[in-house]
Amino acid sequence: MTQVLAEKTIEQRLADEKISIEVEKLNLFYGQKQALHDIDMKIPEKKVTAFIGPSGCGKSTLLRCFNRMNDLVDIARVSGKINIHGNNINQPGVDVAELRRNVGMVFQKPNPFPKSIYENIAYGLRLQGINKRRVLDEVVEWALKGAALWDEVKDRLHENALGMSGGQQQRLCIARAIAVQPEVLLLDEPASALDPISTLKIEELIHELKNDYTIVIVTHNMQQAARVSDYTAFMYMGDMVEFDQTDTIFTNPSQKKTEDYITGRYG
Amino acid sequence: MDTENLGQHISKQFNQDLENIREEVLAMGGLVEEQLKKALEAFSQHDIELANEVIANDDRVNNFEISIDEDCIKILAKRQPAASDLRLVSTVLKAITDLERVGDEAEKIARMAVEIAETKDQSPLNGKLPYSALQNLGNVVKTMLHEALDAFARMDADAAIEVAKKDKKADDEYDAISRQLMTYMMEEPRSISKVLDFLWSARALERIGDHAHNICEYIVYLVQGQDVRHLTWDEIHRLVKSRN
Repeated sequence: MTQVLAEKTIEQRLADEKISIEVEKLNLFYGQKQALHDIDMKIPEKKVTAFIGPSGCGKSTLLRCFNRMNDLVDIARVSGKINIHGNNINQPGVDVAELRRNVGMVFQKPNPFPKSIYENIAYGLRLQGINKRRVLDEVVEWALKGAALWDEVKDRLHENALGMSGGQQQRLCIARAIAVQPEVLLLDEPASALDPISTLKIEELIHELKNDYTIVIVTHNMQQAARVSDYTAFMYMGDMVEFDQTDTIFTNPSQKKTEDYITGRYG
Repeated sequence: MDTENLGQHISKQFNQDLENIREEVLAMGGLVEEQLKKALEAFSQHDIELANEVIANDDRVNNFEISIDEDCIKILAKRQPAASDLRLVSTVLKAITDLERVGDEAEKIARMAVEIAETKDQSPLNGKLPYSALQNLGNVVKTMLHEALDAFARMDADAAIEVAKKDKKADDEYDAISRQLMTYMMEEPRSISKVLDFLWSARALERIGDHAHNICEYIVYLVQGQDVRHLTWDEIHRLVKSRN
């Protein structure tokens, strides 16, 4: 009987997980405007963590902190620590290119290189000095299959990637990201441009990928967050309002703001 | 979750859908209460006509169950409700099953009422059967059902817990009746079948108390998101307090 009562809190759950990314007191300003307020969170390894929240709440901004994409924004200023496997990626001297290989990213809008499908995927490997045809062929096939694209493109691997449909381009980007076998995969609205069937394939892929990678996904599709993630963070106006197991967030969230958002009530 | 919270969705249609199933449950509950009241009256007054009315009306209860069920499935399919909305739909789905059963029990009592009324002049036991004890039990479960529906309407978890506690009283009343009836059966073996009819009716009432109890547990889940089934009162109070 008492076991029923002893439901684990999120802190207890996280204590049982290996932590991949640990965020401490993270603040981010775009010029005068503060976009993230004192974010503290732990993202477990080989699990899917979803960030949800209304537009402008800071979820993409937070995601971009994990591979320092915000460095590319002139007016962005970051303070606080982000430890990925114990190393603070915000400290000086971090090799950002290596960080971004290790922490791969797929964006909202598909952005393939203006090269062939094959070369899009082989590109990252060539940068690492892998040039053996046999190895490249293998990885290209594996990555395309993983991104549910292989059957559609196997006969035109050397055609220009920009000739693909938007949905296919996005899956190519996912294939490109996983080809270099990162530890962490950041997905920023990866399925918002895909048709429902491709979306399900991507979700299935995410489910498969979490065996090998830590996945952080930003999505506006709450049902998608509910389906694919193990943990969900709800953000609102730059604050981390609630972070808990996905099941808890979607059946019995503890914050009213979270409840209002996921049930579609006026905020 | 409270009642005001229900109508604040961005989608007015969704508001309407949820409000609709909630009202339908209350309408179904009202009908079931009416059925129980009439069945008890038919039983104590030996009113065959009224008993037959109850039996005929059970179809209406069944139809309520089917149509509310369908509405809930549509909401699940179209809206994918989450959090308190999801808990409302799941509570409604379960509560209507219990309400439908209460309807069946009321119908059962009405059938027993017909049986007993038709043979009332032939039985030597007639004056002895504990009608007033049965009426007491009936009143306890009638109140439970009414208050459970009230707690649902107001989404009041504390009230639901208080109602659920009354189930013990119903169980005790039922035990007393069944003990009494057992002695009659021993004294007068020829009346066993008639005494059994009476016992089944008491049993039906006791079951109604259980269904009301179930509904109260769903209400606690609906309001607080805590599953309190199969817990002791102490545990329930502790859980509910930790939420408040």
